[in-house]
Amino acid sequence: MSDLTKLTIAAARDALRKGEVTSVELTSACLTAIDAADTLNAFVHKTPEVAESQAKSADQRIQAGEAPDLCGIPLGIKDLFCTKGVASQAASRILEGFKPEYESTVTTQLFDAGAVMLGKLNMDEFAMGSSNETSVYGDAVNPWKVDDRQLTPGGSSGGSAAAVAADLCLGATGTDTGGSIRQPAAFTGITGIKPTYGRVSRWGVVAFASSLDQAGPMTKDVRDSAIMLQAMSGFDAKDSTSANIPVPDFEAALTGDIRGKVIGIPKEYRMDGMPAEIQKLWEDGTAMLRDAGAEVRDISLPHTKYALPAYYVIAPAEASSNLARYDGVRFGHRAKLDAGDGITEMYEKTRAEGFGAEVQRRVMVGTYVLSAGFYDAYYNRARRVRALIKRDFDQVFADGVDAILTPATPSAAFGLGEMKNADPIQMYLNDVFTVTVNLAGLPGISVPAGLDAKGLPLGLQLIGRPWEEGDLLNVAYALERSAGFNAKPAKWW
Amino acid sequence: MSIDTDTARRVAKLARIKVEDDALPALAQEFSAILGFIEQLNEVDVDGVEPMTSVTPQRLYRRDDVVTDGGQQDRVLANAPDAREGFFAVPKVVE
Repeated sequence: MSDLTKLTIAAARDALRKGEVTSVELTSACLTAIDAADTLNAFVHKTPEVAESQAKSADQRIQAGEAPDLCGIPLGIKDLFCTKGVASQAASRILEGFKPEYESTVTTQLFDAGAVMLGKLNMDEFAMGSSNETSVYGDAVNPWKVDDRQLTPGGSSGGSAAAVAADLCLGATGTDTGGSIRQPAAFTGITGIKPTYGRVSRWGVVAFASSLDQAGPMTKDVRDSAIMLQAMSGFDAKDSTSANIPVPDFEAALTGDIRGKVIGIPKEYRMDGMPAEIQKLWEDGTAMLRDAGAEVRDISLPHTKYALPAYYVIAPAEASSNLARYDGVRFGHRAKLDAGDGITEMYEKTRAEGFGAEVQRRVMVGTYVLSAGFYDAYYNRARRVRALIKRDFDQVFADGVDAILTPATPSAAFGLGEMKNADPIQMYLNDVFTVTVNLAGLPGISVPAGLDAKGLPLGLQLIGRPWEEGDLLNVAYALERSAGFNAKPAKWW
Repeated sequence: MSIDTDTARRVAKLARIKVEDDALPALAQEFSAILGFIEQLNEVDVDGVEPMTSVTPQRLYRRDDVVTDGGQQDRVLANAPDAREGFFAVPKVVE
């Protein structure tokens, strides 16, 4: 078989079952593609020995019959997931040299299902960023290229997006705190879903903002997202916010039949200055769902405007607390100390050296909004606004809306370095359409739906009811079939 | 709200991040811009709205209060920058 790395997970699963290909062959093809793609800087820790050994075991399991769907499928793992004995740095200098003594629940479940780990993927430091430019490993590069500029694959799961779009792996894990799966998926023409908060265990995933963080798959199409999400989901006693409810068969939900489904179009997402191309994409997507038999309804989510400012209180506040553990005592980097330095100097120097500028900024903003005298004015007010944002969604779902269609991002991928001198808030605006979903704990999926005038991919986002990922994936599947997006980046790397 | 360099210095200290004096004015300016953006939240009427504690309507999962793990000192210390005689080692903390 040619072009093994271009296979979807579903196609590879079927080929493996029929004996047309082995996991060892698939894995070897991916490892070769990865070695030829160092320019993209997507894989930052390669694990060929792990991959080859897992592939051999997977082949035996497939031959024995009854192997799970992901058995033998080569995947990339975001650097935020702790993987036993393999560098897991969250793209930060402060975790240099850290090799976990344990395996995250998500990777444990993937490996139990027979998946193969090719290596760890680039990302923004501690998942804080929207362009993969805050990584200690340097920028990940978007395989899409339309002129002499190198483009961002988005962030924070930029390496995952680049790796899947460039066919270096069949799928990848991502995490999403404010849009970190959906925005990079949109920038690279792939599919990514953030499930309902509590669907996937956070145990062993380096924490950024614990009330918002969720892991999810980033894949070549909607079916693959359903297959991979299935394997990642489920109750975990080690995550106190994990939901103890059954995981339905997500792939079985993909019928493509959305007749009678009510799709909400929120007027507040029609932002001033929205590029005409994004507006048109959104209208086209709306028409596609209507043509597929859905009922399209205008809806209002009145507190949308306040989602980003609420996020930029809550996420830094939680980050300042979570990142307090990086103190140079138990793991990772410790600064060299001068004579007479005490423990406070050790903390301060270690954290100044170990954290990059954006991480330092967010930790300090979080420290400020939680400090005595400001806690009520900032943190508690943001949590109240968050309750109102969730109430907006509860209301439209109670009125019978099944899913909500919005653009995934306010623009196509931009050039690396182009935002360097911009105000941090300009970068934060990348998440304007996605961040509401994290604040409300809902499932959201980004589906590639078209190209802009320059030939860069654009994505649409669908937002679903809590715990209804199956239904949401099915609407996404109908949209995917109508949009017929099959463009791939031309190989230049 | 405008943040001055003294406030920036105090926040850096609270966060235990060393910031050189000459970097404080730029940091204060960035804080001011971010906090200015956050100030929009004051427009929202939040009277009678409880601050959200959990996004899903569930109580935190609780397990039985029993020992489930332990006895792995070597693994706990394996990633420490400085571990001696079974302990994490840090600079002297006695005042």
